[in-house]
Amino acid sequence: MGSMTEQTTASPAGFGGMQARSAEALNTQARISVRNLDFFYGTNKALKSINLDLPDRQVTGMIGPSGCGKSTLLRVLNRMYSLYPGQRAEGEVLMDGRNMIDASVDLNELRSKVGMVFQKPTPFPMTIYDNIAFGIKLHEKLAKSELDDRVEWALSRAAIWGEVKDRLQSSAMGLSGGQQQRLCIARSIAVRPEVMLFDEPTSALDPISTLKIEELIDELKRDFTICIVTHNMQQAARCADQVAFFYLGELVEVAPAAQLFTAPREKRTQEYITGRFG
Amino acid sequence: MPMETQSEHIVRSYDEQLRKVRDMLARMGGLAERQVNDATVALVRRDATLAAEVIGRDAALDQLEREVESFCIRILATRQPMAIDLRFIVTAMKVAHNLERIGDYARNAAKRSIVVAQQPTLGSLNGFSRMARLVQENLKAAIDALVNDDAEAAARVWGNDEPVDDVYNGIFREMLTFMMEDPRNITAATHLLFIAKNLERIGDHATNIAETVHYAVRGDSLPDERPKADSSAYAVVRPPE
Repeated sequence: MGSMTEQTTASPAGFGGMQARSAEALNTQARISVRNLDFFYGTNKALKSINLDLPDRQVTGMIGPSGCGKSTLLRVLNRMYSLYPGQRAEGEVLMDGRNMIDASVDLNELRSKVGMVFQKPTPFPMTIYDNIAFGIKLHEKLAKSELDDRVEWALSRAAIWGEVKDRLQSSAMGLSGGQQQRLCIARSIAVRPEVMLFDEPTSALDPISTLKIEELIDELKRDFTICIVTHNMQQAARCADQVAFFYLGELVEVAPAAQLFTAPREKRTQEYITGRFG
Repeated sequence: MPMETQSEHIVRSYDEQLRKVRDMLARMGGLAERQVNDATVALVRRDATLAAEVIGRDAALDQLEREVESFCIRILATRQPMAIDLRFIVTAMKVAHNLERIGDYARNAAKRSIVVAQQPTLGSLNGFSRMARLVQENLKAAIDALVNDDAEAAARVWGNDEPVDDVYNGIFREMLTFMMEDPRNITAATHLLFIAKNLERIGDHATNIAETVHYAVRGDSLPDERPKADSSAYAVVRPPE
């Protein structure tokens, strides 16, 4: 009786705004549906029967302690694991009715639909312009003027155009960490993906650069379905519409952010987000 | 029945801070109870000295409220509490505010009791003692529910305001009768009506506290409609023929 974990509904008084936003989240269709997904590093089962929907043009936050499987799931979503022998996924990652982890789906096609931004900025050692143009050229043949337009569009969407427009031919390595990360986001956007994956995108950045990335994510979700792995709980609370909590390879709870951070259903979620994990 | 106990935070000083908030609220609750009790005793015994003490002690409640508030704000800023901790901190600030209001009502009742003591006696004032006892019980139960994380006890307090309203309605009718009988009763009766209203409001604040505690523990809200029996709002006075 009276147990926290018995609660299935929550109407946190005084959090009306957040609630309305998550109600929206529940209404949209899934862009990606993960179904009965298992993942193995050799014989080690790192993900256990995961079922999760990424709602269209919403931000899904994934949280959990190190080694819980959240980054692994992110890597499955664009088949990053296929580079490594001994790693395999079983189950379905459905997008437009197709199982994207099936070998029959072309990897380049998948990567153009599902972009990824990493923890540390990973600019190529080339000019700012070429960093963006490089990916586009892999997927499309564009005339020079079209390519210029696309580079400008991507840099603008990533909120860095104003800072680099006069130095497009300088090396990307000369940018600050926060700028490099936005450049990497621009590079992902440039091939016009439908889904963007962020793996701890701000953990190497200072607070101001972090806020710029968060602002950018909020902006990008108008056009892209976003999934972000973060160790920063407040960041998940700020950015995400729905939040999934992972523990030991299991998806423990997925709920609208407002609910998960004010009144989670599962005791394990509560203990983790309140800092009681023992 | 209290809910299952929470395990400790990884950061021990965080647990200590939360415990401190709990202690501060318990102390505030105790002081508020005492104020309500003494204000009523001062009224019934026509004891202006005790009434003056109540009035003087109210500043301590105000001070405690400010302390709870600033401490909670510090926790919000430094710990960024989540889930049950977040609900607890928000609840603590609301409860402190309710207790401060309760103190204001007790002080006001004490002030009026000094005037009443200088007027002719009106009846036994038993209704006031009964009402004060009921609201004190509810207030104490609400604070205990907070200290013990007991959502069900909180829900019981929340549904237990009707007897207070019943006594209040009785006093309301009684005072109207006194006033109609003899206009010289009007001064005392009017002050007594306000005192009764103060006690009734204190009861409402106790149920507010219970409601907030329920949210803190369970994460969901009690229904909007609370059982209410205050009919004085619709009362009509007919002058004697």
